[in-house]
Order: sequence, then C-alpha cells, then structure tokens
Amino acid sequence: MKAGWPLLGAALLLPPFLPISDYTLHIIILVLLWAFVYTSWTIMGRFGLVSLGHGAFLGLGTYVTALLWNHYGLTPWAGIPLGVVVAVAVALVIGYPCSRLKVVGHYFALVTLALTEVVRLSIVAWRDVTGGSLGMTPNAVPPESIVALQFTKFTWYWVALGVWALGLVVWHRVDRSMTRSAMDAIADDETAAAAVGINVTLQKLLVTTVSAALTAFGGALIGQYQMYINPDTMAGVGVSLQIVFAAISGGMYVILGPTVGAILTIVLQEFLRVLFGTRCIGAAATIYGIMLIVFIIFMPAGICGVIVARMRKRRAVAAAAPAAG
Amino acid sequence: MLQVDGLTKAFGGFVAVNQVSFAVAPAEILGLIGPNGSGKSTIFNLVSGTLSPTAGSIRFEGQEIAGRPASEIVHRGLARTFQIPRPFRKLPILENVAVAAYFGRNGRIDRGTAVERARAALALVGLPGDPDARTDGLGAAGLKKLELARALATQPRLLLADESLGGLDHGEMQQAAEMLRRVRGEMGITIVWVEHIMGVLMKVVDRVMVLHHGETVAEGLPADVVRDPRVIEVYLGRGHAGA
Ligand SMILES: Nc1ncnc2c1ncn2[C@@H]1O[C@H](COP(=O)(O)OP(=O)(O)OP(=O)(O)O)[C@@H](O)[C@H]1O
Ligand SMILES: [Mg+2]
Repeated sequence: MKAGWPLLGAALLLPPFLPISDYTLHIIILVLLWAFVYTSWTIMGRFGLVSLGHGAFLGLGTYVTALLWNHYGLTPWAGIPLGVVVAVAVALVIGYPCSRLKVVGHYFALVTLALTEVVRLSIVAWRDVTGGSLGMTPNAVPPESIVALQFTKFTWYWVALGVWALGLVVWHRVDRSMTRSAMDAIADDETAAAAVGINVTLQKLLVTTVSAALTAFGGALIGQYQMYINPDTMAGVGVSLQIVFAAISGGMYVILGPTVGAILTIVLQEFLRVLFGTRCIGAAATIYGIMLIVFIIFMPAGICGVIVARMRKRRAVAAAAPAAG
Repeated sequence: MLQVDGLTKAFGGFVAVNQVSFAVAPAEILGLIGPNGSGKSTIFNLVSGTLSPTAGSIRFEGQEIAGRPASEIVHRGLARTFQIPRPFRKLPILENVAVAAYFGRNGRIDRGTAVERARAALALVGLPGDPDARTDGLGAAGLKKLELARALATQPRLLLADESLGGLDHGEMQQAAEMLRRVRGEMGITIVWVEHIMGVLMKVVDRVMVLHHGETVAEGLPADVVRDPRVIEVYLGRGHAGA
C-alpha cells in the first residue's frame, strides 16, 4: 500500500497525454472536482455532523463568484474568496446556535436541509439578477484566461488534480489532528468531552468552517469549469443528497472514500443521462435516496471502508500464519 | 482554594441542592457523604460547570466560576470524575486520556507531550494492558480507573472524585483509597471525595460534610461526625437518634 501512493500519483499525471476522447477527459475532471467537494463534506460528516446543507455552501460559492464576475467584472480570484467568506459566515450563523442549543442528529440534518432550500429558493426568486431556475452562464472570454479563470480542458485537468490533492491533504491533516480525537469524543458524549476541557462549540465550528469553506471553493470551480450554473444542480436538496450519498457510499472514514463515491455518482449520472436523456431529471435524486438507504443499512462504512477492513483482516491472517506454522 | 456560598439548584419545582456552603483548603481531602439522592453529584455538576446553579456563588482560587462553561473550569485547574463512567467509546484507552491531557491544558502542549502524560496517568491509576485497545473490554473497576486517569491527565489542582466504589471488591476499594491518598500526598492535589462506603472514606479524609435532602446536616472531623446524632438520624432513621 505504501508503494501504491507514488504509483497512483504517477498514473494521475498521464490522462491529458493519453489518446482519450474529450468526453472522457471531461468526466475525469468532473470526478476530481466533485471528489474534492465530497472530501470536504466528510471533514464534518464523519463526526456525526450529517449536514444536508452543503448544497447551500456549494451554491453560495458558485453564485457569488459568477454574479460578481458578470455584474461587476470582478475576477474570480477575488470572487471565490468572497464566496468562501459568505459561505463560512452562513455556516457560522447556523452552526453556532446549533451547537449551543445541542441540535444534533436528525434535528441537525433537518436544520441544514432547510438552509440548503432557503439558498436555492433565494436564487430562484432573485430571477432578475441570477437568471432564476434557468441558471446562468459566466460571461465568457477567449480560453486560457488566468484573470477570468477560464481554461481549456487540458489546463482544467491540472487545476482539478491540484484541488483534489489539496482536499486529500486537508482531510489527512484533520485525520491526524487532536481535533479529530476531540470530535470523536464529542460525538460520543458532549458532557464528558467538555469535562476534560474540550470546548465543544469551538471544535464543532472549526470543522464546520473548514468543510463549508472548501465546499464553497469547490462549487465556485465547478461553475467556472462548466461555465453554466443552475440552482437545482448547484444548490438545494438534490445536490445535498448527492453529496451525502457519494461520501457515505465511498466511505467517510477512508481518505479515498469520497473519491470512489465521486466515480460512482458521476458514472451513474452519465449513465442515467444517456439512458433517459433529459426526460427524467428527477430520477437521479430518487435513485440517490434509495441507494443511500441501502448503503446505510448494509454497508455503513462504504465501499472503501469494506475494502480497508478486508485488507486489514488478510494482513492479520498473513501475520499470524507463519507463527502458527 | 474552593469557596462555595449559598449554592442552590432547582430542577423545576424540586430543589436538589439548597443553600449549601462550604470551603476546601489547599491539599485537603474533604469527604462528601449522604444518602442516595441527597445532592452530592449535583454539587459536583454545579462546581464543575456541567450544570448552572439556580443561585449561589462558587469561587475557585478567588475567582467566581459559577455558571462558567465546563471546559473553561477545567482549564483553570478543576477536574471531576463521573459517578457512572462516561468513556469515549470511539477512542482507544490511551487516546481517551490523551485528549484530556491535551485539551485539559487548552491545547498549550503538543500531541507528543499529551500522549506521554496520558501514559503516566494510566500508570498512576494502575490501568495495565493494551493502551490501544477500545474501552469496551474494561470492567467496572477499569472504567473507574479510566475516569480518574482522564481527570488527573488534565493536571488539576482540585479534583472532584465521584467514586462510588460500590461494585468493586474489597481489594479494589483499598487500592482506590490508597490511590487518592497518593494523589494528594505526592502530587499535592486537593480532593473532594464523594463515597457511600464510609469505612473506606473515613480512613482517608481530613474532614467530612454530610448532606441530606440537598442541605448540609453536619460538618467536621470524621470521628466527630460519625457520633453526631443528626447524622445517625439521617442514616438510620428517626428512632435511633440519641439512642
Ligand atoms: N438533571 C436532573 N434533572 C432532574 N432531577 C435531577 C437531575 N439530576 C439530579 N436530579 C435529582 O436530584 C436529586 C439529587 O441527585 P444527586 O445525583 O445529586 O444525588 P446523589 O447524592 O449523588 O445520590 P447518589 O448517592 O445516589 O449518587 C435526586 O433526587 C435526583 O433525582
Ligand atoms: Mg451521585
């Protein structure tokens, strides 16, 4: 496994140079960008903070960036940080009272669900500015513009790869931090956690901030890449459910779990699109919902969780065998 | 070191702690006794910040701490154990104590130091075995030791030990008592100790306070308190008083 990482890293440098179709490269870029968003969700989701509100952060990141660009000509280099700041502010406004009032579990999911719909409905209602449910397109400039953050697929691949790697680095750092232990303790017993000196609200807001900020960043980049955003695909309950499904099915406790979840959801999405065309836009959300339930019941650790458990078992058996023989 | 005045806690209309006042001197072991439901654990919950008092003042080293958040009170140097152990089941045994060492000092130490202190605390309470094991394998005595190790790892100057040795065998009880004596003797930590099993408690404490229905009934040296007619009445019922 240790040897696997450099190998994986080398393999990831290849796609843009391979004789693959533009479409395949497009799918790979989408997988990387969405994997970043899913990884960002698990940074809080793995600690029992099951947010159905990440569609809100995604939407805020992407719409703030695109609106500032279209209406004020503000470069995404400034627009994205502002989108992130707005998303974090909203996360704190919701997160702080949730923590103080001990809103956890199902209630937390419900509050965040309401948040994501509020953001979606606001985008729809503010039609004159946002284009409403028809969505909007960032004003295009000739590609390979650093100022406008608009590139060809070749360049986008490297951007997506870098951002995806950044997500893994952050995930890993949180995984090794004392905050992870604190959050596990909080998930077990908030009262006992506070009694050993853990500031419960501070720790929760810490992971919430990181998770919301990265999600907004990911949303903004997806908008820049697709050059089209829509309140139904970038905010609201549909995309929130997609995020939760991908993170849980891939595995929230393993670094590459959300990436596997991204491969699964993007391939599924494309498959459904080819199969039904645009007639069944709602089909995906329904299927996510059903599959989410199936995973939660039969495979709560997700695909990667099961694989890691199998590998551990095999290694343990292998280690015990020579001693026995 | 600790000065409690007029401490009161009402749950709805029920007054669990009523106008209780007491003081604890540095390096003292104060025993807190009383029948079931007399308000001992509630006092610990109030002093440690787990609950907010309805009225009254709690001063720790001269500073008012009544109603402050529990985590802040730990950072000031006051730790408690829970009568019914509350281990972090998701974390291994060593990490249970390491989070206490780390966050008990408000993250001012690094992880390595925290783990070192956690190992020392586990050794002190005598919890051998695999530190990377989960807490599920621990029995009643083991969980009590883990509670104590976690509280000590925060490096308190005042320890509230809600022990209830009930469920432990004679040897384990003697060990637990011996340990508290060492915590005070070697580490200079002041202790308030709640315990039902008086035979064990009386041999260790410097002073005892007796609670009944949330009120102080008696306070003094162990030898005097056990002869106090009011205390005998509380424990044995009305007919025995003065007999
Ligand atoms: N959170 C709470 N809500 C309502 N009532 C409570 C609460 N905590 C304690 N009580 C009540 O307050 C009274 C005192 O409880 P407390 O736990 O302090 O007693 P105790 O002296 O520790 O008893 P024991 O010796 O059994 O541990 C009891 O009648 C209990 O039912
Ligand atoms: Mg009690």
